[in-house]
Amino acid sequence: MTELNISEGFTCPAPIQAYDRIVSGHGSGGKMTADLIEKTFRKYLESDGLAQGNDAANLPIPRQVKRIAVTTDSHIVSPLFFPGGDIGALSVCGTVNDLLTSGAVPQWLTAGFILEEGFPLSDLEKILASMRERSEEAGIQIVAGDTKVVEHGKGDGIFINTSGVGWIVDDFQPGGEKAQTGDTIILSGTIGDHGMAVLCARGEMGFESDIRSDVAPLNEIVNSLRRAAPHTHVLRDPTRGGLSTTLNEIAVQSHVSVEIDETAVPIRPEVRSICDLLGFDPLYVANEGKLVIFVPEVEAQDALTAIRASRYGENAAVIGRVIHGDRSPVTLRTAFGTGRILESLPGEMLPRIC
Amino acid sequence: MKPFEHWMKSMDSAVDLTAFRNPERADRILKRLKNEITRPWVIMEMCGGQTHALMQSGIDQLLASQIEFIHGPGCPVCVTSLALVDEAIALAKFPNVILTTYGDMLRVPGSEGNLFAARAQGCDVRVVYAALDALKIARENPDKEVVFFGIGFETTAPANGISVLQAYRTGIQNYSVLVSQVCVPPALEMILSSPQNRIQGFLAAGHVCAVMGISEYIPISEKYHVPISVTGFEPIDLLAGIEMVVRDLEAGRWRVSNAYSRGVPAAGTAGALAIIHELFEPCNRDWRGIGIIPDSGWKLKDKYSAYDAEKKFGVTATETHESDVCIAGAILRGLNTPPECPAFAASCTPEHPLGAAMVSGEGTCSAYYRYRRNHD
Repeated sequence: MTELNISEGFTCPAPIQAYDRIVSGHGSGGKMTADLIEKTFRKYLESDGLAQGNDAANLPIPRQVKRIAVTTDSHIVSPLFFPGGDIGALSVCGTVNDLLTSGAVPQWLTAGFILEEGFPLSDLEKILASMRERSEEAGIQIVAGDTKVVEHGKGDGIFINTSGVGWIVDDFQPGGEKAQTGDTIILSGTIGDHGMAVLCARGEMGFESDIRSDVAPLNEIVNSLRRAAPHTHVLRDPTRGGLSTTLNEIAVQSHVSVEIDETAVPIRPEVRSICDLLGFDPLYVANEGKLVIFVPEVEAQDALTAIRASRYGENAAVIGRVIHGDRSPVTLRTAFGTGRILESLPGEMLPRIC
Repeated sequence: MKPFEHWMKSMDSAVDLTAFRNPERADRILKRLKNEITRPWVIMEMCGGQTHALMQSGIDQLLASQIEFIHGPGCPVCVTSLALVDEAIALAKFPNVILTTYGDMLRVPGSEGNLFAARAQGCDVRVVYAALDALKIARENPDKEVVFFGIGFETTAPANGISVLQAYRTGIQNYSVLVSQVCVPPALEMILSSPQNRIQGFLAAGHVCAVMGISEYIPISEKYHVPISVTGFEPIDLLAGIEMVVRDLEAGRWRVSNAYSRGVPAAGTAGALAIIHELFEPCNRDWRGIGIIPDSGWKLKDKYSAYDAEKKFGVTATETHESDVCIAGAILRGLNTPPECPAFAASCTPEHPLGAAMVSGEGTCSAYYRYRRNHD
């Protein structure tokens, strides 16, 4: 055997500890990868699944779990860090919330990282710390992970894919196809915070703001709904495309018409002001910590009270109802008593010209 | 503090627009209007921003039996000529060019494809929020040629112009502008002088007048005996302007009134006007769907011709091809409404626009599509 360990490939012979940035060797699958996992990832992420150290986590399912919910989401965001959160928080909360909206109890998460050569390890550590914090809050374990490195210029710092598994343990199984005429529509809080926080954090608009992203895991809201409104028909998180797009999706999926009161939709004054300045409509701006909830009218008051008593639900409000009708899927009642169509977001939302 | 932040701080009261969206105030004005109106009137809102605001709040529905609103040509994306869109696409295809423009322009159909398609084919096309951002790209990429497709009414002229002025003064040579500045008053005269004109009063656009002032409109009001009111873009602003025009119409008089005095100084904004006069001179301009209107645009003065992208790259679009079914031209002239177009909401949608009026956030077709489809 020669002194050169050829299984290492052409990795840099410098001491591994000296790196403060991702280099191509970190994606080699060899010692440097192992070192990155051991010294960086494992510092923040620990679970039975990861401790097994095998190619797949082998996990037990209790007898009362009849079905599981599975979801996946890839996360790209610029900038990676913004007021109220970062890409790590998004990657955990987004998948957790998707599981919650199907009525599942979030259990396990896998995380795939695509890292760009040159990405600072200190930033990676910040992102991992945020993932640990949010997954602890959401009661979900990160049980498997993967890391790849792409050449400098071929990524945007870091991309994260997370897949989630949740247990379905009871009959609380909302779905976008289950909305019914007469349902009351509740929104769990203010809209537009995430989208405007990220936009302002980009710095392209030439001003800063105090708006914080609403990114959060919504377990507490869903758990309290499970008790207060067991017949909840629809739960959905209005992320990309905003509230308008989500309502349109549900109306089409359930073959119903939806009517929303413009003045009832909670919007922070600072979000509205910046939207006004730039020509954005907050109804189309992304959220990462909100739920749209369709409940039978008889359970609406209990649902609202329960949501308002939950973490991240204090600004919840009844915003509309499902009506009988076959006109446009979603109608907005304006402050002036007139009605107009509320469309899905047709493409990219762009600031106005003048 | 950055200048914009400073401006925002000073604008705190103006940015809080709740008072101008107050339903009770709107109700009071509407009641007065309905009492005072003795016959139906035909009023044109000049600007696409006004069209959208009227439809978004539903003011046009609330006054449907009293006032017929005709939607004016004031959408810069819609009226930018097909030839210029084709030229922009041609410029984007130059190997060393970074083409920059406002977001909406990427989706506007040219004779073949649009700027989005050019970008997908590998051209470097970038969205900017302001002309100065394009100049910044030029500074950061000295080995590239940065072209800004600068469209807009009087509103964007100072900002588009200042980018040229800064480039000139700091000696930046890899920056140029494909100028597509258009002006409101000549279009207003074109509409009023048409034998088919039915419009009795006008709502002029507040942001245009914030730059230019109101003096240009006085001779037009006098010559054609039409009341013109300058309005803002909130429901109460629009209603205030409508009330002024209706009162003038009912009294049989004409004048230019300012229903947006919190944003429009009668004399305009001196600094902005100085930039316009330094940079630009009048020229004939081809309005998409309408045709050439004499002296209805601005071009760069000869002193700044080194920054004129048409001259710098020698691009001219000679053969253009417009959609056969799209009637955006007639809609822009107020002769038709979008639901009268066979393509509307069928083969022409915001995702697949046949005409520019369906693209822009200020286009009439887009307003009907967003707010009124299925409801009329």
